[in-house]
Amino acid sequence: MLRVRNVWWIVALGALVLFPLIETNPTYTGIGVSALIFMGCATSWNMFSGYSGYVNLGSAVFYGVGAYTITLLADHLNVPGNGDLFWLVPVGGVAAMIVAVPVGLIALRVRRHTFVVITIAIFFVFQLSAINFSFTGGTSGLQLPLIPWLETNYNKPFYYAALAVVVFAVLLSVAVRRSRFGLQLLAIRDDEDRAAGLGVKVFAVKLVGFTMSAFVVGMGGAIYAIFIGQIYPQFVFDPIFDISIALMAIFGGLGTLTGPLLGALVLESTQQYLAIRFSNGSLYLILFGSLFLVIVLFVPQGIVVFLGDWRSRRRARRAEGARVVLGDAS
Amino acid sequence: MTTLLSVDRVSKSFGGLQALSECSLNVEKGSITGLIGPNGSGKTTLFNVITGYEKPDSGAVTFEGAEITRASSSRVFALGVGRTFQITRIFARISVLENMLVATQRDEGWLRGLTRSKSSKSELTSAMEWLDFVGLGRLADQPAGSLSFGQRKLLELAYVLVADPDVILLDEPAGGVNLTLINEIAEKIQSLNRSGKSFLIVEHNMEFVMNLCDRVTVMHQGADLVSGTPSEIRSNPLVLDAYLGGSDEDGEEVS
Repeated sequence: MLRVRNVWWIVALGALVLFPLIETNPTYTGIGVSALIFMGCATSWNMFSGYSGYVNLGSAVFYGVGAYTITLLADHLNVPGNGDLFWLVPVGGVAAMIVAVPVGLIALRVRRHTFVVITIAIFFVFQLSAINFSFTGGTSGLQLPLIPWLETNYNKPFYYAALAVVVFAVLLSVAVRRSRFGLQLLAIRDDEDRAAGLGVKVFAVKLVGFTMSAFVVGMGGAIYAIFIGQIYPQFVFDPIFDISIALMAIFGGLGTLTGPLLGALVLESTQQYLAIRFSNGSLYLILFGSLFLVIVLFVPQGIVVFLGDWRSRRRARRAEGARVVLGDAS
Repeated sequence: MTTLLSVDRVSKSFGGLQALSECSLNVEKGSITGLIGPNGSGKTTLFNVITGYEKPDSGAVTFEGAEITRASSSRVFALGVGRTFQITRIFARISVLENMLVATQRDEGWLRGLTRSKSSKSELTSAMEWLDFVGLGRLADQPAGSLSFGQRKLLELAYVLVADPDVILLDEPAGGVNLTLINEIAEKIQSLNRSGKSFLIVEHNMEFVMNLCDRVTVMHQGADLVSGTPSEIRSNPLVLDAYLGGSDEDGEEVS
């Protein structure tokens, strides 16, 4: 059965698949790669934080672990600079999951604001470790094997790898939402103690969700690392990443499926465009900061939910109007 | 009659406040037991201790002969002790039906949720049956947050029932509910009781308690004052004292 909503998904996917074939300018396909990486990460972040209400402001931990894992592994295994590097992307995701277990065991003991603060603290532990340990290369970072592809086609494989991650993240989110597990996460969001009192094993559910969400973010970090070709602690363990991911999901609509996708697409593309257009890499911070204020104050439920409500209100009003007209006639 | 749930000299204090002091209580199998007492006499705390939401300082709680004193709230529920709250605790942002489904798992392992869908066919059927039982069937797809106060009480009752517990603890099922609905709730409790469920009910509405319960325990200042049949309780001078005199200023009339 093909419903209207599913048709839109197929159209959107088709447009994303065709984009780099139609638009060959590397500047724009490069923006596409970044946007897709963020779309995957935001969707995955939302799968845990949006569903459970545990706002994680330390997701760069998983991003960085994914990036460092693939870089160190490529060096260790002597992987040549070609498409073979992509096989290591899921390994970056698995490494992020492994790291997520102890992080979750610590952070998920506390709730709400305390949880947010703990995730930020853990994030800084990781950033400082990356700066200070020698195996990470410290502040001078690490190099990945150089990929000798032509500039015109360089972005394409990254684009499709990132798109595959987005598709995976979306399917995972859908599967979780439809499972008993997803229902448990939503119950935890609304009233954790009550959920526990109804037999939900809340800690295990939270930890599993947290870990699953780390997988996609780790893969995102791994793709980013091979895309850029070199990594630095301050760029893969980036506090702005933590906030951006959350902002994208909240901007689009926390807990919704399309919200984080749309939020990441719009915000990341805008950011990249501003950086290129005005050759100023920090300009977007002003935009993000003011946008965050506007969203939190006026549309805390996010754009997608806001538009959906607006549409159903309009439809209800129209139905109401029709009834009045009929009433007059009788 | 055999004792299903028993509370034996349970004490609990919050800082300097002694909420429960050596409180004892029994719920017989197949009975409806009432728990009354002035505000602040420790009824809700006792509920919290029984259902694992709070841990007592001393004393023991046993259910079907097994001690559940320090068991977690999910464990107690899995064993068959369900409860509702005075201020209803529903999951506001998911649908009424999904609220029901949260409770249907009762004793499922923590990994099981990942590998199965939200509901099985039989769970869906029984969830809808219980929703119809409390008269919320037509609201199944509405977000639970849109329900009125009385409907929330009914939903909470329904999602506890869907897990099929042996004993159900109701915290003020008639509080803030209109008269018609109170009678409806009373009827539901009676019909469930006939089908074998035991109840422990906290309620301020005396008429409701006296008509419904087989036995009543009166609590006062954290301890059980007297237990007996409704008519015994009504004529007990200690009870009148606890409600009308003494240090509790908000005396409620015993009718």
